[in-house]
Amino acid sequence: MAGDPSDLYQDLILDHSKNPRNAGPLDGATHQARGNNPLCGDRITVYLTLDGDQIADVKFEARGCAISVASASMMSEMIKGKTVEEATALFEKFHALVTGGTSGEGDGLEELESLAGVRDFPTRIKCATLSWHAMQQALRGAGEEVRTE
Amino acid sequence: MSTKIETPVPFDVDAIRADFPILSQEVYGKKLVYLDNGASAQKPRQVIDNISETYETRYANVHRGVHYMSQTATDAMEAAREKVRAFINAGSEREVIYVRGATEGINLVAASWGRANLSAGDEIILSEMEHHSNIVPWQLIAQQTGAVIKVIPITDAGELEMEVFKGLLSDKTKMVAITHVSNALGTVVPLADIISMSHAAGALVLVDGCQAVPHLAIDMQALDADFYVFSGHKLYGPSGIGVLYGKEALLDAMPPYQGGGEMIDTVTFEGSTWADLPFKFEAGTPNIADAIGLGAAVDYVSAIGFEAIGAHENALLAYATEKLRAINSIRIIGEAPEKAAILSFLMDGVHPHDIGTILDREGVAVRTGHHCAQPVMDRYDVAATVRASFAMYNTFEEVDALAASLSKVQEIFS
Repeated sequence: MAGDPSDLYQDLILDHSKNPRNAGPLDGATHQARGNNPLCGDRITVYLTLDGDQIADVKFEARGCAISVASASMMSEMIKGKTVEEATALFEKFHALVTGGTSGEGDGLEELESLAGVRDFPTRIKCATLSWHAMQQALRGAGEEVRTE
Repeated sequence: MSTKIETPVPFDVDAIRADFPILSQEVYGKKLVYLDNGASAQKPRQVIDNISETYETRYANVHRGVHYMSQTATDAMEAAREKVRAFINAGSEREVIYVRGATEGINLVAASWGRANLSAGDEIILSEMEHHSNIVPWQLIAQQTGAVIKVIPITDAGELEMEVFKGLLSDKTKMVAITHVSNALGTVVPLADIISMSHAAGALVLVDGCQAVPHLAIDMQALDADFYVFSGHKLYGPSGIGVLYGKEALLDAMPPYQGGGEMIDTVTFEGSTWADLPFKFEAGTPNIADAIGLGAAVDYVSAIGFEAIGAHENALLAYATEKLRAINSIRIIGEAPEKAAILSFLMDGVHPHDIGTILDREGVAVRTGHHCAQPVMDRYDVAATVRASFAMYNTFEEVDALAASLSKVQEIFS
Protein backbone atom coordinates (compact mmCIF):
# COMPACT_ATOMS: atom_id res chain seq x y z
CA MET A 1 0.00 0.00 0.00
CA ALA A 2 1.30 3.45 -0.88
CA GLY A 3 1.82 5.37 2.29
CA ASP A 4 2.78 2.51 4.56
CA PRO A 5 4.78 3.98 7.44
CA SER A 6 7.67 1.62 6.73
CA ASP A 7 8.00 3.27 3.28
CA LEU A 8 8.34 6.61 5.01
CA TYR A 9 10.66 5.57 7.79
CA GLN A 10 13.38 3.96 5.71
CA ASP A 11 16.66 2.94 7.33
CA LEU A 12 18.51 5.82 5.75
CA ILE A 13 16.07 8.34 7.20
CA LEU A 14 16.18 6.72 10.62
CA ASP A 15 19.97 6.71 10.51
CA HIS A 16 20.12 10.42 9.71
CA SER A 17 17.53 11.24 12.38
CA LYS A 18 19.33 9.26 15.08
CA ASN A 19 22.80 10.39 14.05
CA PRO A 20 22.34 13.74 12.37
CA ARG A 21 25.36 14.96 10.39
CA ASN A 22 26.58 18.50 10.93
CA ALA A 23 24.44 19.03 14.02
CA GLY A 24 25.35 21.86 16.34
CA PRO A 25 26.15 25.55 16.21
CA LEU A 26 28.64 26.93 13.69
CA ASP A 27 31.28 29.36 14.92
CA GLY A 28 31.80 32.21 12.53
CA ALA A 29 28.69 31.55 10.51
CA THR A 30 28.06 34.33 8.02
CA HIS A 31 24.40 33.53 7.52
CA GLN A 32 21.79 31.93 9.72
CA ALA A 33 18.02 31.65 10.02
CA ARG A 34 15.48 29.92 12.20
CA GLY A 35 12.65 27.79 10.96
CA ASN A 36 9.58 27.30 13.09
CA ASN A 37 6.57 25.10 12.58
CA PRO A 38 4.05 26.70 14.93
CA LEU A 39 1.65 23.84 14.35
CA CYS A 40 3.89 21.35 16.12
CA GLY A 41 6.47 23.45 17.91
CA ASP A 42 9.36 22.11 15.85
CA ARG A 43 12.27 24.49 15.54
CA ILE A 44 15.43 24.49 13.52
CA THR A 45 18.33 26.90 13.09
CA VAL A 46 20.49 26.63 9.97
CA TYR A 47 23.98 28.15 10.01
CA LEU A 48 25.96 28.82 6.83
CA THR A 49 29.47 30.09 6.16
CA LEU A 50 29.69 31.60 2.73
CA ASP A 51 33.01 31.99 0.93
CA GLY A 52 32.11 34.29 -1.92
CA ASP A 53 29.31 32.50 -3.68
CA GLN A 54 30.15 29.11 -2.24
CA ILE A 55 28.66 27.45 0.84
CA ALA A 56 31.86 26.59 2.66
CA ASP A 57 30.25 25.15 5.77
CA VAL A 58 26.79 24.20 7.03
CA LYS A 59 25.52 23.20 10.45
CA PHE A 60 22.10 23.09 12.07
CA GLU A 61 20.41 22.76 15.42
CA ALA A 62 17.01 21.08 15.40
CA ARG A 63 14.28 20.11 17.75
CA GLY A 64 11.96 18.11 15.61
CA CYS A 65 10.67 14.84 14.27
CA ALA A 66 12.63 12.17 12.42
CA ILE A 67 11.60 13.56 9.04
CA SER A 68 12.67 17.13 9.75
CA VAL A 69 15.98 16.13 11.35
CA ALA A 70 16.83 13.61 8.60
CA SER A 71 16.00 16.16 5.93
CA ALA A 72 18.19 18.80 7.61
CA SER A 73 21.03 16.31 8.02
CA MET A 74 20.92 15.23 4.37
CA MET A 75 20.60 18.83 3.24
CA SER A 76 23.70 19.82 5.21
CA GLU A 77 25.75 17.13 3.48
CA MET A 78 24.36 17.90 0.06
CA ILE A 79 24.76 21.66 -0.04
CA LYS A 80 28.22 21.87 1.51
CA GLY A 81 30.60 23.05 -1.21
CA LYS A 82 27.80 24.04 -3.56
CA THR A 83 27.19 27.54 -4.83
CA VAL A 84 24.18 29.49 -3.67
CA GLU A 85 22.62 28.98 -7.08
CA GLU A 86 23.20 25.22 -6.98
CA ALA A 87 21.76 24.93 -3.47
CA THR A 88 18.66 26.84 -4.52
CA ALA A 89 18.24 24.63 -7.58
CA LEU A 90 18.56 21.56 -5.37
CA PHE A 91 15.87 22.90 -3.04
CA GLU A 92 13.53 23.32 -6.01
CA LYS A 93 14.11 19.74 -7.11
CA PHE A 94 13.68 18.47 -3.57
CA HIS A 95 10.49 20.46 -3.14
CA ALA A 96 9.09 18.97 -6.35
CA LEU A 97 10.06 15.50 -5.11
CA VAL A 98 8.29 15.69 -1.74
CA THR A 99 5.21 17.44 -3.07
CA GLY A 100 4.81 14.80 -5.77
CA GLY A 101 5.86 16.81 -8.80
CA THR A 102 8.68 14.49 -9.89
CA SER A 103 10.12 11.07 -9.25
CA GLY A 104 13.43 12.65 -8.32
CA GLU A 105 15.35 10.09 -10.33
CA GLY A 106 18.24 11.57 -12.27
CA ASP A 107 17.81 14.91 -10.53
CA GLY A 108 20.99 14.57 -8.55
CA LEU A 109 19.04 14.29 -5.33
CA GLU A 110 20.93 11.17 -4.21
CA GLU A 111 20.04 10.33 -0.57
CA LEU A 112 17.27 12.89 -0.61
CA GLU A 113 15.28 10.55 -2.83
CA SER A 114 14.68 8.48 0.31
CA LEU A 115 12.34 11.26 1.46
CA ALA A 116 10.06 10.83 -1.55
CA GLY A 117 7.67 8.82 0.63
CA VAL A 118 6.67 12.03 2.40
CA ARG A 119 4.42 12.85 -0.56
CA ASP A 120 2.00 10.18 0.67
CA PHE A 121 1.82 11.87 4.08
CA PRO A 122 0.58 15.37 3.28
CA THR A 123 0.65 16.53 6.89
CA ARG A 124 4.36 15.77 7.03
CA ILE A 125 5.61 17.61 3.92
CA LYS A 126 6.29 20.71 5.99
CA CYS A 127 8.53 18.66 8.27
CA ALA A 128 10.68 17.70 5.29
CA THR A 129 10.95 21.22 3.91
CA LEU A 130 11.41 23.21 7.14
CA SER A 131 15.24 23.16 7.14
CA TRP A 132 15.30 24.00 3.43
CA HIS A 133 13.12 27.04 3.92
CA ALA A 134 15.40 28.12 6.76
CA MET A 135 18.44 27.62 4.51
CA GLN A 136 16.86 29.77 1.81
CA GLN A 137 15.98 32.42 4.36
CA ALA A 138 19.58 32.43 5.63
CA LEU A 139 20.87 32.84 2.07
CA ARG A 140 18.55 35.77 1.52
CA GLY A 141 20.40 37.22 4.46
CA ALA A 142 17.21 38.32 6.13
CA GLY A 143 18.09 36.37 9.24
CA GLU A 144 14.47 36.35 10.26
CA GLU A 145 12.51 33.34 11.28
CA VAL A 146 10.65 31.47 8.59
CA ARG A 147 7.42 29.73 9.41
CA THR A 148 5.72 26.88 7.73
CA GLU A 149 2.33 28.47 8.31
CA MET B 1 -42.23 18.31 34.68
CA SER B 2 -42.05 14.57 34.91
CA THR B 3 -41.73 13.14 38.39
CA LYS B 4 -41.08 9.67 37.10
CA ILE B 5 -37.90 8.20 38.50
CA GLU B 6 -35.77 6.78 35.68
CA THR B 7 -34.44 3.30 36.21
CA PRO B 8 -30.70 3.40 35.62
CA VAL B 9 -29.86 1.71 32.34
CA PRO B 10 -26.68 -0.36 32.39
CA PHE B 11 -23.91 1.34 30.42
CA ASP B 12 -23.87 -0.24 26.97
CA VAL B 13 -20.91 0.99 24.98
CA ASP B 14 -21.95 -0.93 21.85
CA ALA B 15 -25.35 0.74 21.87
CA ILE B 16 -23.70 4.13 22.30
CA ARG B 17 -21.26 3.44 19.46
CA ALA B 18 -24.16 2.52 17.20
CA ASP B 19 -25.43 6.08 17.63
CA PHE B 20 -22.20 7.57 16.22
CA PRO B 21 -22.11 6.94 12.44
CA ILE B 22 -18.50 8.01 11.98
CA LEU B 23 -17.23 5.36 14.37
CA SER B 24 -18.00 2.64 11.82
CA GLN B 25 -15.76 4.33 9.24
CA GLU B 26 -12.51 2.77 8.14
CA VAL B 27 -9.33 4.76 7.54
CA TYR B 28 -6.55 3.31 5.36
CA GLY B 29 -8.50 0.04 5.43
CA LYS B 30 -8.36 -0.13 9.23
CA LYS B 31 -11.07 0.37 11.80
CA LEU B 32 -11.13 3.95 12.99
CA VAL B 33 -9.94 4.18 16.59
CA TYR B 34 -10.79 7.73 17.52
CA LEU B 35 -8.78 8.88 20.52
CA ASP B 36 -8.68 12.60 19.80
CA ASN B 37 -11.81 13.49 21.73
CA GLY B 38 -10.05 16.21 23.69
CA ALA B 39 -9.71 18.12 20.43
CA SER B 40 -13.26 17.44 19.32
CA ALA B 41 -15.77 14.69 20.00
CA GLN B 42 -17.79 12.85 17.34
CA LYS B 43 -21.53 13.42 17.00
CA PRO B 44 -24.39 11.02 17.66
CA ARG B 45 -27.14 10.52 15.08
CA GLN B 46 -29.49 12.36 17.46
CA VAL B 47 -27.46 15.56 17.11
CA ILE B 48 -26.88 15.18 13.36
CA ASP B 49 -30.59 14.57 12.75
CA ASN B 50 -31.57 17.42 15.02
CA ILE B 51 -29.55 19.88 12.92
CA SER B 52 -31.15 18.58 9.71
CA GLU B 53 -34.60 18.80 11.29
CA THR B 54 -34.03 22.42 12.19
CA TYR B 55 -33.25 23.36 8.60
CA GLU B 56 -36.04 21.16 7.26
CA THR B 57 -38.85 22.02 9.65
CA ARG B 58 -38.27 24.94 12.02
CA TYR B 59 -35.85 27.40 10.50
CA ALA B 60 -36.09 31.18 10.28
CA ASN B 61 -34.34 34.05 11.98
CA VAL B 62 -35.05 34.26 15.69
CA HIS B 63 -36.42 36.88 18.06
CA ARG B 64 -37.66 39.01 15.17
CA GLY B 65 -40.44 37.74 13.02
CA VAL B 66 -44.10 37.73 13.79
CA HIS B 67 -44.42 34.76 11.48
CA TYR B 68 -44.82 31.14 12.42
CA MET B 69 -41.39 29.84 11.46
CA SER B 70 -39.56 32.59 13.29
CA GLN B 71 -41.53 31.84 16.42
CA THR B 72 -40.92 28.11 16.03
CA ALA B 73 -37.16 28.60 15.61
CA THR B 74 -37.08 31.01 18.55
CA ASP B 75 -38.95 28.54 20.74
CA ALA B 76 -36.55 25.74 19.80
CA MET B 77 -33.50 27.88 20.47
CA GLU B 78 -34.80 29.05 23.83
CA ALA B 79 -35.83 25.51 24.75
CA ALA B 80 -32.25 24.46 24.07
CA ARG B 81 -31.01 27.28 26.30
CA GLU B 82 -33.20 25.94 29.08
CA LYS B 83 -31.71 22.47 28.53
CA VAL B 84 -28.22 23.91 28.85
CA ARG B 85 -29.25 25.83 31.95
CA ALA B 86 -30.53 22.66 33.58
CA PHE B 87 -27.44 20.74 32.44
CA ILE B 88 -25.12 23.12 34.30
CA ASN B 89 -27.68 23.98 36.99
CA ALA B 90 -27.44 27.71 36.44
CA GLY B 91 -29.91 29.75 38.45
CA SER B 92 -31.48 31.39 35.42
CA GLU B 93 -31.55 31.30 31.64
CA ARG B 94 -30.36 34.89 31.73
CA GLU B 95 -27.01 33.53 32.87
CA VAL B 96 -26.58 31.31 29.79
CA ILE B 97 -25.01 33.21 26.88
CA TYR B 98 -24.55 31.50 23.52
CA VAL B 99 -21.10 32.10 22.07
CA ARG B 100 -19.10 30.50 19.25
CA GLY B 101 -17.08 28.48 21.71
CA ALA B 102 -15.06 28.72 24.89
CA THR B 103 -12.52 30.98 23.20
CA GLU B 104 -15.15 33.57 22.40
CA GLY B 105 -16.56 33.24 25.91
CA ILE B 106 -13.20 34.02 27.51
CA ASN B 107 -12.56 36.88 25.08
CA LEU B 108 -15.99 38.28 25.92
CA VAL B 109 -15.29 38.33 29.65
CA ALA B 110 -11.72 39.57 29.29
CA ALA B 111 -12.78 42.42 27.01
CA SER B 112 -16.11 43.42 28.55
CA TRP B 113 -15.50 42.79 32.24
CA GLY B 114 -11.79 43.58 31.93
CA ARG B 115 -12.17 46.98 30.26
CA ALA B 116 -14.70 48.05 32.88
CA ASN B 117 -12.92 46.66 35.93
CA LEU B 118 -9.16 46.40 35.42
CA SER B 119 -6.67 49.18 35.92
CA ALA B 120 -2.89 49.45 36.10
CA GLY B 121 -1.38 47.23 38.75
CA ASP B 122 -4.42 44.97 39.12
CA GLU B 123 -3.53 41.30 38.95
CA ILE B 124 -4.95 38.41 36.95
CA ILE B 125 -3.92 34.93 38.09
CA LEU B 126 -3.68 32.13 35.53
CA SER B 127 -2.12 28.69 35.84
CA GLU B 128 0.81 27.17 34.02
CA MET B 129 -1.50 24.53 32.53
CA GLU B 130 -3.89 26.86 30.73
CA HIS B 131 -4.83 26.41 27.09
CA HIS B 132 -3.70 29.36 24.97
CA SER B 133 -7.33 30.47 24.83
CA ASN B 134 -7.22 31.17 28.58
CA ILE B 135 -3.90 33.01 28.34
CA VAL B 136 -3.92 35.23 25.27
CA PRO B 137 -7.25 37.06 25.89
CA TRP B 138 -5.92 38.05 29.32
CA GLN B 139 -2.63 39.21 27.84
CA LEU B 140 -4.56 41.39 25.40
CA ILE B 141 -6.60 43.05 28.13
CA ALA B 142 -3.55 43.34 30.40
CA GLN B 143 -1.75 45.26 27.63
CA GLN B 144 -4.70 47.62 27.32
CA THR B 145 -5.25 48.23 31.02
CA GLY B 146 -1.82 47.84 32.60
CA ALA B 147 -3.00 44.84 34.60
CA VAL B 148 -0.37 42.23 35.50
CA ILE B 149 -0.55 38.48 34.93
CA LYS B 150 0.63 36.07 37.63
CA VAL B 151 1.00 32.35 37.07
CA ILE B 152 0.34 29.39 39.38
CA PRO B 153 3.11 26.86 38.71
CA ILE B 154 2.49 23.10 38.46
CA THR B 155 4.30 20.17 40.04
CA ASP B 156 6.11 17.37 38.23
CA ALA B 157 2.95 15.28 38.55
CA GLY B 158 0.90 18.04 36.94
CA GLU B 159 -0.92 19.44 39.97
CA LEU B 160 -1.32 23.10 40.83
CA GLU B 161 1.07 24.44 43.47
CA MET B 162 -1.71 25.47 45.82
CA GLU B 163 0.65 27.00 48.40
CA VAL B 164 2.09 29.27 45.73
CA PHE B 165 -1.43 30.16 44.64
CA LYS B 166 -2.27 31.15 48.19
CA GLY B 167 0.77 33.43 48.21
CA LEU B 168 -0.17 35.01 44.88
CA LEU B 169 -3.63 36.04 46.08
CA SER B 170 -3.84 39.55 47.42
CA ASP B 171 -6.13 42.56 47.37
CA LYS B 172 -4.61 43.33 43.96
CA THR B 173 -6.04 40.10 42.53
CA LYS B 174 -9.11 40.90 40.48
CA MET B 175 -9.53 37.74 38.41
CA VAL B 176 -8.46 34.11 38.68
CA ALA B 177 -8.88 32.39 35.29
CA ILE B 178 -8.33 28.68 35.58
CA THR B 179 -9.02 25.48 33.72
CA HIS B 180 -11.29 22.86 35.27
CA VAL B 181 -9.46 19.97 33.59
CA SER B 182 -6.08 20.37 31.86
CA ASN B 183 -6.33 19.57 28.16
CA ALA B 184 -2.68 18.56 27.98
CA LEU B 185 -2.34 16.62 31.25
CA GLY B 186 -5.83 15.54 32.25
CA THR B 187 -5.45 17.01 35.75
CA VAL B 188 -8.73 17.83 37.49
CA VAL B 189 -8.00 20.97 39.49
CA PRO B 190 -9.37 21.54 43.01
CA LEU B 191 -11.90 24.12 41.85
CA ALA B 192 -13.90 24.40 45.06
CA ASP B 193 -10.78 25.42 46.99
CA ILE B 194 -9.64 27.81 44.27
CA ILE B 195 -13.02 29.50 44.13
CA SER B 196 -13.42 29.90 47.88
CA MET B 197 -9.85 31.17 48.29
CA SER B 198 -10.26 33.61 45.40
CA HIS B 199 -13.56 34.92 46.69
CA ALA B 200 -12.05 35.35 50.15
CA ALA B 201 -9.41 37.56 48.52
CA GLY B 202 -12.10 39.53 46.73
CA ALA B 203 -11.29 38.14 43.27
CA LEU B 204 -13.63 36.71 40.64
CA VAL B 205 -13.10 33.30 39.06
CA LEU B 206 -13.50 32.32 35.42
CA VAL B 207 -13.36 28.59 34.72
CA ASP B 208 -12.45 27.07 31.36
CA GLY B 209 -14.66 24.00 31.43
CA CYS B 210 -13.97 22.66 27.93
CA GLN B 211 -12.35 19.44 29.05
CA ALA B 212 -14.61 19.00 32.08
CA VAL B 213 -18.14 19.12 30.70
CA PRO B 214 -17.85 15.93 28.60
CA HIS B 215 -16.64 13.96 31.63
CA LEU B 216 -18.04 15.39 34.87
CA ALA B 217 -21.37 16.63 36.13
CA ILE B 218 -21.16 20.35 36.77
CA ASP B 219 -23.36 22.50 38.95
CA MET B 220 -23.01 26.26 38.68
CA GLN B 221 -24.93 27.01 41.85
CA ALA B 222 -22.90 24.57 43.94
CA LEU B 223 -19.58 25.54 42.33
CA ASP B 224 -20.11 29.28 42.77
CA ALA B 225 -17.81 30.17 39.84
CA ASP B 226 -18.40 33.68 38.54
CA PHE B 227 -17.92 32.70 34.90
CA TYR B 228 -17.73 29.26 33.30
CA VAL B 229 -17.17 28.59 29.59
CA PHE B 230 -17.33 25.51 27.39
CA SER B 231 -17.58 24.51 23.74
CA GLY B 232 -20.37 22.41 22.30
CA HIS B 233 -18.20 20.39 19.95
CA LYS B 234 -16.31 18.66 22.76
CA LEU B 235 -19.65 17.65 24.31
CA TYR B 236 -20.76 15.63 21.25
CA GLY B 237 -22.52 18.75 19.95
CA PRO B 238 -21.97 20.89 16.86
CA SER B 239 -18.91 23.05 16.35
CA GLY B 240 -19.38 26.80 16.28
CA ILE B 241 -21.55 26.93 19.39
CA GLY B 242 -20.54 27.23 23.01
CA VAL B 243 -21.72 28.64 26.29
CA LEU B 244 -20.66 31.40 28.61
CA TYR B 245 -22.22 31.11 32.02
CA GLY B 246 -21.95 34.23 34.16
CA LYS B 247 -23.57 35.33 37.38
CA GLU B 248 -26.48 37.55 36.54
CA ALA B 249 -25.39 40.52 38.63
CA LEU B 250 -21.96 40.52 36.98
CA LEU B 251 -23.34 40.17 33.45
CA ASP B 252 -25.87 42.91 34.15
CA ALA B 253 -23.15 45.32 35.18
CA MET B 254 -20.88 44.52 32.22
CA PRO B 255 -20.93 46.61 29.02
CA PRO B 256 -21.80 44.83 25.76
CA TYR B 257 -19.00 42.96 23.99
CA GLN B 258 -20.21 43.40 20.42
CA GLY B 259 -22.82 45.81 19.14
CA GLY B 260 -25.44 45.04 16.53
CA GLY B 261 -28.88 43.66 16.08
CA GLU B 262 -30.56 41.52 18.71
CA MET B 263 -28.51 43.03 21.56
CA ILE B 264 -30.33 46.37 21.62
CA ASP B 265 -33.43 47.74 23.24
CA THR B 266 -33.66 51.04 21.37
CA VAL B 267 -31.28 52.66 18.88
CA THR B 268 -31.10 56.34 18.04
CA PHE B 269 -28.17 58.39 16.79
CA GLU B 270 -28.07 60.04 20.21
CA GLY B 271 -27.45 56.68 21.83
CA SER B 272 -28.73 53.18 22.28
CA THR B 273 -29.89 51.03 25.14
CA TRP B 274 -29.25 47.37 25.59
CA ALA B 275 -31.47 44.36 25.56
CA ASP B 276 -31.90 42.31 28.71
CA LEU B 277 -29.78 39.28 29.43
CA PRO B 278 -28.83 37.02 27.82
CA PHE B 279 -29.45 38.92 24.54
CA LYS B 280 -27.24 41.88 25.51
CA PHE B 281 -24.28 39.62 24.72
CA GLU B 282 -25.71 37.97 21.61
CA ALA B 283 -25.26 40.58 18.89
CA GLY B 284 -26.26 39.59 15.37
CA THR B 285 -28.06 36.54 14.10
CA PRO B 286 -26.94 33.69 16.34
CA ASN B 287 -25.88 30.20 15.32
CA ILE B 288 -29.48 29.03 15.47
CA ALA B 289 -29.31 25.44 14.27
CA ASP B 290 -26.21 24.61 16.27
CA ALA B 291 -27.61 26.17 19.43
CA ILE B 292 -30.64 23.90 19.06
CA GLY B 293 -28.27 21.02 18.24
CA LEU B 294 -26.36 21.66 21.44
CA GLY B 295 -29.63 21.07 23.27
CA ALA B 296 -29.85 17.68 21.57
CA ALA B 297 -26.28 16.86 22.66
CA VAL B 298 -27.12 17.82 26.24
CA ASP B 299 -30.19 15.56 26.08
CA TYR B 300 -28.07 12.70 24.76
CA VAL B 301 -25.39 12.96 27.44
CA SER B 302 -27.91 13.54 30.22
CA ALA B 303 -29.86 10.41 29.30
CA ILE B 304 -26.73 8.32 29.81
CA GLY B 305 -25.66 10.23 32.89
CA PHE B 306 -22.25 11.20 34.20
CA GLU B 307 -22.16 8.48 36.79
CA ALA B 308 -22.05 5.87 34.04
CA ILE B 309 -19.92 7.95 31.69
CA GLY B 310 -17.40 8.76 34.42
CA ALA B 311 -17.13 5.15 35.57
CA HIS B 312 -16.53 3.91 32.02
CA GLU B 313 -14.00 6.60 31.17
CA ASN B 314 -12.12 6.17 34.43
CA ALA B 315 -11.88 2.45 33.76
CA LEU B 316 -10.57 3.18 30.25
CA LEU B 317 -8.02 5.64 31.60
CA ALA B 318 -6.81 3.21 34.25
CA TYR B 319 -6.54 0.41 31.70
CA ALA B 320 -4.70 2.61 29.18
CA THR B 321 -2.35 3.92 31.86
CA GLU B 322 -1.49 0.38 32.90
CA LYS B 323 -0.99 -0.74 29.28
CA LEU B 324 1.30 2.15 28.45
CA ARG B 325 3.28 1.87 31.66
CA ALA B 326 4.07 -1.69 30.61
CA ILE B 327 5.92 -0.31 27.58
CA ASN B 328 9.38 0.55 28.91
CA SER B 329 10.16 3.36 26.52
CA ILE B 330 6.97 5.29 27.34
CA ARG B 331 6.86 8.12 29.83
CA ILE B 332 3.46 9.47 30.86
CA ILE B 333 3.30 13.24 31.28
CA GLY B 334 0.78 14.23 33.91
CA GLU B 335 0.16 11.82 36.74
CA ALA B 336 -2.06 13.77 39.08
CA PRO B 337 -4.14 11.53 41.33
CA GLU B 338 -7.31 13.08 39.97
CA LYS B 339 -7.46 12.98 36.20
CA ALA B 340 -10.08 13.03 33.48
CA ALA B 341 -9.75 10.65 30.53
CA ILE B 342 -6.64 12.21 28.98
CA LEU B 343 -3.31 10.45 28.61
CA SER B 344 -0.30 12.46 27.44
CA PHE B 345 2.95 10.60 26.84
CA LEU B 346 6.36 10.44 25.21
CA MET B 347 8.33 7.54 23.79
CA ASP B 348 12.12 7.53 24.16
CA GLY B 349 13.90 8.48 20.98
CA VAL B 350 10.77 8.94 18.88
CA HIS B 351 9.25 12.32 18.18
CA PRO B 352 5.48 12.57 18.83
CA HIS B 353 4.79 13.44 15.19
CA ASP B 354 6.42 10.28 13.98
CA ILE B 355 4.35 8.34 16.50
CA GLY B 356 1.21 10.15 15.33
CA THR B 357 1.88 9.32 11.68
CA ILE B 358 2.47 5.64 12.34
CA LEU B 359 -0.58 5.38 14.61
CA ASP B 360 -2.67 7.16 11.98
CA ARG B 361 -1.88 4.50 9.39
CA GLU B 362 -3.06 1.91 11.93
CA GLY B 363 -6.37 3.78 12.11
CA VAL B 364 -5.59 5.24 15.52
CA ALA B 365 -6.27 8.98 15.72
CA VAL B 366 -4.36 10.79 18.47
CA ARG B 367 -3.25 14.35 18.89
CA THR B 368 0.42 15.17 18.69
CA GLY B 369 1.97 18.54 19.34
CA HIS B 370 1.82 21.16 22.04
CA HIS B 371 -1.97 20.94 22.47
CA CYS B 372 -2.23 24.74 22.44
CA ALA B 373 -0.56 24.66 25.84
CA GLN B 374 3.02 25.66 25.11
CA PRO B 375 3.73 26.69 28.72
CA VAL B 376 2.96 23.10 29.78
CA MET B 377 5.42 21.79 27.19
CA ASP B 378 8.05 24.25 28.43
CA ARG B 379 7.37 23.15 32.01
CA TYR B 380 8.30 19.58 31.13
CA ASP B 381 10.98 20.72 28.68
CA VAL B 382 9.44 18.91 25.72
CA ALA B 383 8.42 20.21 22.31
CA ALA B 384 5.33 18.07 22.07
CA THR B 385 3.56 15.03 23.45
CA VAL B 386 1.24 12.37 22.12
CA ARG B 387 -2.21 12.67 23.63
CA ALA B 388 -4.83 9.96 23.69
CA SER B 389 -8.10 11.41 24.97
CA PHE B 390 -11.04 9.14 25.60
CA ALA B 391 -14.77 9.53 25.24
CA MET B 392 -17.72 7.51 26.47
CA TYR B 393 -17.83 5.54 23.21
CA ASN B 394 -14.25 4.27 23.41
CA THR B 395 -13.63 0.63 24.27
CA PHE B 396 -10.99 -1.48 25.95
CA GLU B 397 -10.29 -3.07 22.54
CA GLU B 398 -9.42 0.39 21.25
CA VAL B 399 -6.93 0.81 24.07
CA ASP B 400 -5.44 -2.52 22.99
CA ALA B 401 -5.22 -1.18 19.42
CA LEU B 402 -3.40 1.90 20.73
CA ALA B 403 -0.90 -0.26 22.60
CA ALA B 404 -0.40 -2.55 19.60
CA SER B 405 0.22 0.38 17.27
CA LEU B 406 2.74 1.78 19.75
CA SER B 407 4.57 -1.54 19.54
CA LYS B 408 4.69 -1.03 15.78
CA VAL B 409 6.31 2.37 16.35
CA GLN B 410 8.93 0.66 18.49
CA GLU B 411 9.58 -1.91 15.77
CA ILE B 412 10.08 0.73 13.10
CA PHE B 413 12.37 2.84 15.27
CA SER B 414 14.28 0.01 16.94
